[in-house]
Formats: sequence, structure tokens, C-alpha cells
Amino acid sequence: MKNLHLKTLAALLIAVGAAMMWHKVTTLGLPLTPDEETTIWTVESRISIDADSGPSQVDFMLPTNPPGFNVLSEDFVSGRFGLSRDSDGINRQALWTTRRANGQHTLYYRLQVAAAPDADRNAIEGDQPSFPPVPEYREPYGSAAFTVLEEVRQESADIASFARRLLDRYNADSPDEHIQVLRGGIDNELMHVQNISNILAGARIPARVSHVLKLREGMRRAGTTPYLEVHNGTEWIPFDPRTGQRGYQEDHLVWYRGEAPIVNASGASILEYGFSSARTVRAVVDVAERRADILGSRVMDFSLLGLPVDTQNIYQTLVLVPIGALIVVLMRNVVGIKTFGTFMPVLIALAFRETQLLWGIILFSSIVACGLAFRFYLERLQLLLVPRVASVLVAVVILMMGMSVVSHHLGVEHGLSIALFPMVILAMTIERMSLVWEENGARDAIQQGLGSLFVAVIGYGVMNYPPLAHIAFMFPESMLIILAVMLLMGRYSGFRLTELWRFRALFREQPRP
Amino acid sequence: MIGFLRRVREAEVLGMNRRNAEFIMAYNARRNYPFVDDKLRSKKLAEEAGIQVPALYGTIEIERQIRQLPDILAGRDDFVIKPAHGSGGSGILVVAGSQHGRYRRASGTLMDQRDVDHHVSNILSGMHSLGGQPDCALIEQRVQFAPLFDDISYRGVPDIRTVVFRGVPVMAMVRLPTRRSDGKANLHQGAVGAGLDIGTGRTTTAVCLDRDISEHPDTGAPIAGIQIPDWHNLLILAARCHSLAQLGYLGVDIVLDRIQGPLMLELNARPGLSIQLANRTSLLRRLRRIEALETIPDDADGRVALARELFVETPD
Repeated sequence: MKNLHLKTLAALLIAVGAAMMWHKVTTLGLPLTPDEETTIWTVESRISIDADSGPSQVDFMLPTNPPGFNVLSEDFVSGRFGLSRDSDGINRQALWTTRRANGQHTLYYRLQVAAAPDADRNAIEGDQPSFPPVPEYREPYGSAAFTVLEEVRQESADIASFARRLLDRYNADSPDEHIQVLRGGIDNELMHVQNISNILAGARIPARVSHVLKLREGMRRAGTTPYLEVHNGTEWIPFDPRTGQRGYQEDHLVWYRGEAPIVNASGASILEYGFSSARTVRAVVDVAERRADILGSRVMDFSLLGLPVDTQNIYQTLVLVPIGALIVVLMRNVVGIKTFGTFMPVLIALAFRETQLLWGIILFSSIVACGLAFRFYLERLQLLLVPRVASVLVAVVILMMGMSVVSHHLGVEHGLSIALFPMVILAMTIERMSLVWEENGARDAIQQGLGSLFVAVIGYGVMNYPPLAHIAFMFPESMLIILAVMLLMGRYSGFRLTELWRFRALFREQPRP
Repeated sequence: MIGFLRRVREAEVLGMNRRNAEFIMAYNARRNYPFVDDKLRSKKLAEEAGIQVPALYGTIEIERQIRQLPDILAGRDDFVIKPAHGSGGSGILVVAGSQHGRYRRASGTLMDQRDVDHHVSNILSGMHSLGGQPDCALIEQRVQFAPLFDDISYRGVPDIRTVVFRGVPVMAMVRLPTRRSDGKANLHQGAVGAGLDIGTGRTTTAVCLDRDISEHPDTGAPIAGIQIPDWHNLLILAARCHSLAQLGYLGVDIVLDRIQGPLMLELNARPGLSIQLANRTSLLRRLRRIEALETIPDDADGRVALARELFVETPD
């Protein structure tokens, strides 16, 4: 195959670049568009205890991969207590222990989570637990339970709809006699959830309690709310036991699961515990960085975000140069526009970013026009090349200064940004333009000048498109893809668009041998 | 639209990108470029090979030598000053005579010694050379061109550009200066390009600034049907230039001197594509036919015979 080597290389570059971008987007959650923000919740739980004189231990449940959130950080304030952590596969626990703790102590646990809006909050992964045995219900509870289960089974299609239907009946505004029996003597929500899982056990459906913290801005001393999770054979499906609604809301932070109390103390009595939470909004990018830290990903170590801010600002601009260069490649080799200097339009386009487009064009055109006039005057003095270009350079600097000062006095602040034009490039442009003017006439010179300006404007448009600038900076590996496109363009042997016009006479008539 | 694209494909016109990628890069080794880019070197090579070239009056390599310019020019009324590394015909000064101690350019404007000195100085500083490197200036014989093209050129030197591929002349055109091109024979500066039938050596169609024409824009004389004298030998001269520089894809510029006959003016490693417009036919198709040949005759005679056999124009 023709150019196999080149095509393989390009494909490889694109694959590597795309794979790195994919990893950053999916695993680290780096946004593909700029200005994306995410909600960060800081949750603090505070446990006050009154310890006896002897050794004491406080066990506290900790959240484990709460659905709909990414954990960014967690820390503990333990005072004189030693801290260890324990996990049983479903829940994590903090164990605070001390040998001698006499008196009141306060223990803190602080958690930062970022909302993960795309996460699945309607189903939670989990292996199939063993089917619960049918409980030995008392009467009349037992017959009521079996009657309701039988009716619910008739009305449902699968385990999710079964649970849903049961909850609907259990919570009906005017419960029937069976439900009244089942609900009898229960007065708190946790017991209701336990009661429901007990009834579900009659149908051998695995169910468990989850304890959910409903996050609110400025919340203080709140407690958890019990939810019901039912296993459908492949995953756990959460239900609000009060309304029967499926899934966790986006402000529902699942703290732990199971029957155990959230906090348990031995050798001490718990005076008080509660949760407070606060919400902040932060750029998704920061969050992704923190997340990369936690996941131990090395990718972000090589990101530009780790650089000092002023260096970052330089790279914000520099990463755009390859995009501009690609535009020049396309404009010259595919469209066929003639420009002064290969990459002069890129530098002019970069300057346009600072001056705004309209002012940029006005300033650029006036400098080139004045510079050309000066250059034509110099022609009469018959100077050597290098001193002449240097003189034009000085004239360009003086012109730029003059324009800045004049526009400042006129109150046109845009004129000040003229200082950002690459003056050496301008001087070279003026020199080349005057040569073309002399040798090929004004028409060619102006045509090429406008061509350069046109490419610069296109380059400006592309480089100033915020999503593209964002991708270039956040995903420097996108440069590999640009490189691949350039390599492929290097073997492009088709027509330039302007050639279709130039050779139009040959396309019109019948070709001769 | 689709019809247009089909015609574009069928026309097999050689575009800039394809010329660069498939012919210049594939057939012209970079190391051989200096032979053609440096006109002094190609001139000397040609002289060694016995190919006739315009006489060299002198060279100026450093600024100080400009003082010797009047000595070199003493007694000469007409001469050409050109940069050794010029591209696209830039920096060529054609002096056709003198008037009251001043030089008269081909375009009719007068220059005094100081203007000529400045022009040479510009050449030395690299103003007209590729990449702006310092250059040297050649002062050579102005060709007394044969009266053949008198009616269809406006001052300057008409020349014959032949594209020679693998030593076989594949396409040729006459380049006729116009008022606009200031006596230069470069198509992009406004000169007329007139296609030449490889088989017969007669002018056919013509183009000026990418537009079809049939009369010269300044003189109004019809262009078609002019027979180049000694056409076979001219093609042989062009074919022989292939061995000078070992470039597979070469442009050879030949002038017809009234007395000396065909002279090789310069070689070009990147000949332009307008020759297709001048001949109103595709260069690519001819290049492909040569490319498909397994063996190319070693001698120039054989290659010219091959070309005249392959590229016979059939009148419409």
C-alpha cells in the first residue's frame, strides 16, 4: 500500500492522542468544554462523647463509594484517640480507641464529595446475596403478609415493580385491613423499612436498609434517613420507603448500609452526633485534578495545570500555535492562498487575540501601509539589505509607539494593545511586500497581503473558539492528532482549490492526448 | 457539480501538490539542487558538457568588487545582470543599450551607474535569492534573439521552456515578454506562454496571466503557427541538460540567438505548471506515460525521437 509507513504513523499518533484524551475524560472527568462547574459538598460529622475513666472505643460508619458522588478527600480530627479503619466489604468504619479518655471529647470526620451528575443513581452494583429464608411470622401478621404478597405478585412483572407495588400499598392513604395489621405498632421510619424488608423476605426477595444523608446548604446537626434497597438478581435497586419512588435523588448521599447503628460507643456514652454540610461550586478541572490524585493517576502529573500560573498563561497561548499552523497548512496546500511568510499569519492571529479582531485588522493594515511608504522612501536612498530591514524595524516600533500614544490620548484603549504585534515579523512582511510590489506589481503585492490577512483572520477565528482553546490546553495530547493530520497533509497530492480556478480552461474542453 | 468533479479528474491536470510530492520529491534529489539553483555552476557544467550558453562577462561576489563594475561593462552596450541564486526571474536587470552615458533598460527606463551599482549590491545582500542568503551577481551576454518572435514579444528575451522528465522532453512552450512583464519571460509576471507541439515545433495555443489568448497583448500579432527553426536540435539540447544535473523532473530554458542558435539560459528544478495552460493539455498524462516506461534510451537522440513519437498533437 502507498505510504503505509506514513499512514501507520499517523494512525498510531491519533490512537495515542485519542486514548489519552478518552482516559482523561472518562476516568478523571476532565470536561471537554470550558467553564464547566460542579457542585462540591463538604460534609462534617461531629460526635460528642462523655468517656468513662477506663478505655473506650467509638465506632463510626463511613461512606463507601456513594452513588452519584466522587469522593475528593476525607479527614479525621481524633484528638487523643487513636484511629484505625476497618472494612467489611459493604461498609467502612472508623474505630477511635483510647486507653484513658476521661471526660468529654469531640471527634470529627470531614468528607468532600463532588457531584457526578452522570452516575447511575437508580441501580447500585452488588453481587447476588443469599436468598433470605421465609420468616416465621406471627398471626395474624403472617396471613396478612402472604395475602398482600400474593396480591402484589399478581400485579407486578419483576422484582423492581414488585417492591414498588408493595410500597405503594404499604403507604396508601387509606390502607386496607391487611396493611393495617402489617403496619401495627410501628412508629419510626427505620422500623418501617425493617418491617418492609421482613415482609419482602416472605417472597424471598433480598432487601437491606441504606442510610441516606439528604444534603442541604447550611444544614446542621442533621441525621440520616433510612432507604430500602432491593436486589433484583443483578443489582440493588433503591426505593424511598415513604413514597415508593425509585432511585436516589442527586442530593442524597448514601452513608452506609445495614442494620447496625451509625455510631456505637463502648466505655463512653454518646452525648450527641450530627451532620452539617456546605456547598461550594468549583471548576470541574480542579475536581478532576484532585480525583487524579486520589486515584493515583500519573496522567495529570504531566498536565500543564501543574505549572506555575504565569507559565500556564504562556502555554494557554502556545498550545494554540499548532492549531494555527494547521490552518496555514490547510489554507496553503488545500485552498491555495498565497501569504507573506509561512507562519506570519499565525503570529498576526495571536496578536489579534489581544487586540480584538476589528482593531487588529485596522492596526495591522495601518502599520503595514505606513511601513510600506517608509520602505519606498528608503528605496531612494539605496541602502544595503540588512540595514534597510533594520531601519524598517525601527520605523515599525516608532509607528507602534506613536499609535499607542495617540490612541491613548484619544481615549481609544484598543490602540494600546498594538504593542503585542510581532514587530520583527511586521518588518519582514513590509520588506517582502515591497519586493513583490516592485517586481510583480501592486496587484500581486496587495493580493498576497490580503491573503495573509485573510488566513490570519481565519486563524484568529479558529484559535479564539473557546472550546478548541480549552481542549488544546487541557488535552495537550490533542497535538499528536494535529501532528498526524499535518503528516497526512504532507502527502496530499490533490488539487488546491485555487487551482480549480486557475486551470479551469483545461477542465472545460475535451482533453487531448 | 459531480460532472465538474468528473471532468477535473479526467482532465488529469498536474496540480502544485502532486508536482511537489510525486515528481519533484521523487525524482529530484535534494543534493543536486545546487547545480541548477546556482546559475554560475549550471553555466560551467554546461560549458564542460559542450552545451552552448550565453557568454559570461564577469561575476561580482563581494561589495568591494562593485567598483570594478564599470571596467567589466566598459565598451558593452547591452548586458544582463542576474543573481546566481535568483528565483522566479526576480532581480534580473536587462540593459539593452546606452544613452548619454546612462544605461537603458529593456523596459525603456534609464539608469545611471549608481542605480546599477545599487542593483548589484541588492543582489549581493541576498534580496533576490531564496531564503535571503548572500548571493553573487552574474554579468553575461544579452542574447540577440532571433527575429522569429519579433512580432509577438515586447522587448526582453523570449525563451523556450521545456519540461524534461527522465531525460525525455515532455512539453514545451515559448515564453514571450510583454509590457507588463517588463521584458522578463516569466508567466506569473505577465509574460505570454505559447504552447509548442513537441512533434512539429510549431506554436499552438497561448495563455497570458492564466487567460487564453490568440494574439500578443502588446503587438496584436497572432501567436499560433510559428515554426521554431532547428526544432530537433533544440529538443536534443534540452534532453542533454538532463545529464548535467541528474534531475529527473527538470525545466530547461533555451533562448534562440540570432547568430549562435539555441543557447541554454538556465535550468529549473521546480518548473511551473502554467505550461499546461499554454498547451491546453495535461502534463500529468504525459509524465505518467514516461513513468510507465521501463527503459529510457541512454542517448539524447533516442529520447527526443521517443518524445516526438509519443507526444504528437492531433489537430482538433
